[in-house]
Amino acid sequence: MSLIETLARMEAVAEGRARPRCTVRHRHLSGQPLVLVPLTTAGEAGAPLGALVGTDREKPVLLAVPQPRDRDLRFAFLAELAESVLPYVDGFADAIGWEERKETDPETGKKVPVQVELCSDAPQLIVPSAAGVDFVRLLGRSMRFRRTAEQEPAAPHPAPPHVPLLGRWLTHFGERARVPGASLLLSMTDLLTRHWASGQSALEDQHLGALLAWIDPPAGLSGREAAERAESARDADGQLLCPPAGPATDPAFDNRLLAPAMARYDAGLPGAEDALRALVEGQLRPTWDAVWHGLDLLRALPEGARVPDRWKRDRWSYTAHRDRVRAGEPPQPKQDDAVTAAQKLAARESAQAQLDAQEALDDPLVMAGRRLAGEAFQGTVTAVEEAFSEGKRPMPRPLVTLHTADRPQLSGGGKLYRALADGRTQTGECVAPAAGEPGVLVVRLTGGMGRGKTPEPGSVPEPGETVCWTLFEHAPRGGPELPDPEDTPWTHGGPPPAPGETPHDSPDPVTTEDFL
Amino acid sequence: MSAADARLRRVNVFRDSRPASAAPSPERPAAPGPRPGASPRTSRARLAELRGPGVRPRPLDARALAALAANPGCRRRALLDGAGVDKGALAQALGSPAAYGQSQFAIVRGNAFEARVKSDGGTDLLRLLHERLAPGTPPPAPEEVATPDLSAAGPEGRTARTALALREATAAGGWALLDHPMLAVEVAGSPAYVEPDAVVVHPDGSWTVVEIKSFPMIDGSADAAKVGAAARQAAVYVLALEPVARHAAAHTGRPVRVRDRALLVCPKDFSNLPTAAAVDVRKQLATTRRQLARLTRVEEIADALPPETTFDLRLADDGRTATRPPEELAQAVEAVGAAYVPECLAACELAFHCRGRSRQDGAVEALGRGVRGELGGLRTIEEVLAAAGAGEDPADPEAERDPAVAALRRAAALRAEALAGAAVPAPRAEEPGCR
Repeated sequence: MSLIETLARMEAVAEGRARPRCTVRHRHLSGQPLVLVPLTTAGEAGAPLGALVGTDREKPVLLAVPQPRDRDLRFAFLAELAESVLPYVDGFADAIGWEERKETDPETGKKVPVQVELCSDAPQLIVPSAAGVDFVRLLGRSMRFRRTAEQEPAAPHPAPPHVPLLGRWLTHFGERARVPGASLLLSMTDLLTRHWASGQSALEDQHLGALLAWIDPPAGLSGREAAERAESARDADGQLLCPPAGPATDPAFDNRLLAPAMARYDAGLPGAEDALRALVEGQLRPTWDAVWHGLDLLRALPEGARVPDRWKRDRWSYTAHRDRVRAGEPPQPKQDDAVTAAQKLAARESAQAQLDAQEALDDPLVMAGRRLAGEAFQGTVTAVEEAFSEGKRPMPRPLVTLHTADRPQLSGGGKLYRALADGRTQTGECVAPAAGEPGVLVVRLTGGMGRGKTPEPGSVPEPGETVCWTLFEHAPRGGPELPDPEDTPWTHGGPPPAPGETPHDSPDPVTTEDFL
Repeated sequence: MSAADARLRRVNVFRDSRPASAAPSPERPAAPGPRPGASPRTSRARLAELRGPGVRPRPLDARALAALAANPGCRRRALLDGAGVDKGALAQALGSPAAYGQSQFAIVRGNAFEARVKSDGGTDLLRLLHERLAPGTPPPAPEEVATPDLSAAGPEGRTARTALALREATAAGGWALLDHPMLAVEVAGSPAYVEPDAVVVHPDGSWTVVEIKSFPMIDGSADAAKVGAAARQAAVYVLALEPVARHAAAHTGRPVRVRDRALLVCPKDFSNLPTAAAVDVRKQLATTRRQLARLTRVEEIADALPPETTFDLRLADDGRTATRPPEELAQAVEAVGAAYVPECLAACELAFHCRGRSRQDGAVEALGRGVRGELGGLRTIEEVLAAAGAGEDPADPEAERDPAVAALRRAAALRAEALAGAAVPAPRAEEPGCR
């Protein structure tokens, strides 16, 4: 935790409510997100117990599994989930725009512009907590290799149609959620902790109820009191007033309410199923409301200027997966081959660097943290001196002197970057600082001034202007290109096996007692 | 001998019985002798006093030991665990009950899986162990695997029985599967008894600890946090086996070693078929050994307490309701220092109580373990905020002296500047989220 964040948390403690960590919203929020609040059965690998799902905060769809050990009930749950989720996900597939992209022509080897489809919007899934994101990934893994009756008529226990398809989509959402800054699948606790500093530790922030209590405490309570109440207050029966955001349930709920209700269901008592559904809904509904409450809070923040740029990448990701599904490609493999894995890691690294840069540029409060760390500085221009580069064709290289109270970790010749008003980036380099004059820096502008002999108007700061230079790049590039999977070197396992002989997409063995 | 002492003799079978007093056996791991100056009887009596008359001490399990080793600076936890005080009941009586327990579904599932793994004389288990840990050697035939009976009276007896069975199996030079053996490990000067899921003796005289867990291993990987917890537990078992191995080596004349790779058995993917992985526990072993050695001896902590201190809840006749006033209990608990960090919430029943105290004192650690690092000598939130807001002149003598204060002031100034420049809308006050 950086010092500036520690300070924000301490301010929150002193004030009794959360303090802002950002001045703008750094994640895209869809106008119509799909909220999914899942619950799982304790001790079993992702055997779902129930879920609330939907895009309408007043009318969530309740799905419940009265006996998670019953395979047919589990499949019925997954089929219902597919019915709720797939129409929403598919609903964005056909509204498209056209984008121009350069692709290598296979015959000539030249880069030629081509028109490709890009969906004009994309679905967005919101789950309560980081554990919910893991659960989505787990559900995706458990479903995408299932065989339907159509695919394999002879196999016992065929999965309902659409279940494997939902598995592939959930897997895609889960994978995308690993890319920093991506917004196809978001957890509410991550969203809220990104934007507010509560007066508790990061560990305690994982509790959605407690986190919301700090950010928006109910009247008459301080954040701390409200958070402690949300965490541990219990009613006369020993049940939590604010159930955990899942997917794990509270053991007291399992032992005192759920287990007897399941026993009644197993005994075939009338009304037992309805009672169970009511129990599950009682655990889910507070979390459902809390997620929407969090969405209200986040929507009150203005969106960061570079957020649509990142959302466009999510739209590309959605469009690409739509195309893979339409082309009838097999489900995502259980384990990536070496090239795909390296590509994913590289993409996540550059997304992280880009996210860090964009958040700082969008938000003076985030930039303040970078300035404190010596990775950026802000100052007032005191003098501008005209200068030119040496060489055949002298180009303008003005020297800008500025006064700053920041302490950047600079050395002579270090590269600097500055965002111009039109969104472009100007580069510069640090000229060795004048000795004996603390706080005075000289920057030589090296780019962003056009191609003429005189700099374009507005591209050179005027004396008196306040400018902010960063030591980090604004649009960091990825690493070198990787080979095609077919050319994987032997050091990395060699080329992957042909689709027919791969063990990756074989379905999981079915045992008499398996779960999911 | 007082009445309390007599009762103690009768019930106190899980702890504090020194080798001389119960089930003497040469195989017993060398439990430490009493410290010079503190006779074992008095220190035992002192710990019994802390629990309260007639209160049965709670056994320490490997999970608790691993948690204890994770926060070795906490004298409160060391004392309460060392004395066998029921921390859950104590927290309840203090008015800050612990938030965790275990769901019966998880317990049923875990037991069913373990029973399945060990069914058929452990055929599946030994097959997995052979594949993962001893490839290239002849596989064990099911009828060749010895499964000695380990039942005996009390943990002392079971520990001795386990040591004997291990010695015999090692001398026999074949495969042996010990189901739920019992081992002793010294914690803060007193022995605690731990029970691994299984220990396997290899024909070459080496021993492997087996952990059976019910979380799934999906596509060959499992939840890292859960694997880490299992590895820490396995390290405790390996540590407890080492003295037994030394004795066995001395008796049998064969080289005996405890393998530092434990076998973790989990359900495969979404089925209940077992799969396994070898887990290298060398790092956890070194950590646990170091942390346990660092634990202040329980007697030393007990000696430093005011003489009348006790954690007795004075249970009413129903055996559950505490009749002792919470303030008095809180005072007793405060008599021994705690080192609260947020990680305690997942590992200690008293954590809510300690957190309340820590927050009340404004301790900076309540915000996270790493927070102290950048704050120099500042220990409370009040001090930090005062130092940060005391004026923005970096040439201030205090800031000159203390770089932490200077950095704090810069951070506060930068934060205030950024917040002033942007009007952040305050969150709307709304209805409370929960009932």
